[in-house]
Amino acid sequence: MDVILFALFAFIAVAAAINLVVQTHPISSALSLIGVMGSLAALYLLLGGEFIAAAQLVVYAGAIMVLFVFVIMLLNAGTEKKKTIKNSYARFFGIPLLTAFLGLIAFIIQAMIPPGDGVVFGKFTGGGPGEVGIKLFTSYLLPFEATSILILIAILGAIVLARKEIE
Amino acid sequence: MPQLPTSVPLSWYLLLSAVLFGLGIAGFLYRKNIITVFMSIELMLNAVNLTFVAFSYKWKHVDGHIFSFFVMVVAAAEAAVGLAIILTIFKNRQTLEIDEVDSMKY
Repeated sequence: MDVILFALFAFIAVAAAINLVVQTHPISSALSLIGVMGSLAALYLLLGGEFIAAAQLVVYAGAIMVLFVFVIMLLNAGTEKKKTIKNSYARFFGIPLLTAFLGLIAFIIQAMIPPGDGVVFGKFTGGGPGEVGIKLFTSYLLPFEATSILILIAILGAIVLARKEIE
Repeated sequence: MPQLPTSVPLSWYLLLSAVLFGLGIAGFLYRKNIITVFMSIELMLNAVNLTFVAFSYKWKHVDGHIFSFFVMVVAAAEAAVGLAIILTIFKNRQTLEIDEVDSMKY
């Protein structure tokens, strides 16, 4: 069951990511990215990260992607102009070299990770909101406060950059 | 026919993360629309988050979840500022093609 669920969501994630890269219209790319994020949330659940799966859906697939879609519609972004790849090396060797590179990475990962116990759903239950909250407000309190200042700076920066000039 | 494993090896998660990161790099280099380039960066951040959560499972620690939570927060801040920059570029140049925004190149 674990393998079937992993294969299903991994397939959705990879297919949506490929769609993100090959689509020419930004709205199609944004919807594909939402698909990637949703399937990644399901994979986080399989890994026992309940809080992080919920945050993935709410923050990433919800808030950030709504911002992206807003900007795409605000700027009325159309399809990209058709372009040709001038470099003939890239045209002929690009995809084979990419496949070889991924194969190399797969080999290295398989060789480096010892074949211990696989991932079983429900074996790690320390990823709920309670555990994450306790850790966040004790060991990671300083980074937490630093991120709140970062968010404040980001809000101010976004307002300053996107404001309308008053004559 | 090889027997299907009963549990998913951790390396499969890392491999999925590597594939998603590679696709993010491909989109970042290949696409010409500035918004799609920005979305490719988000895809790469997501791939790294998957690695964090997978290793968090491996070591039975919640620290990886905290790290990926911080990555999400930084990504939200980055998206807000980055999209404001894109709005400003469009306001000044009426284009979203990254090849046409090259005045600092020469």
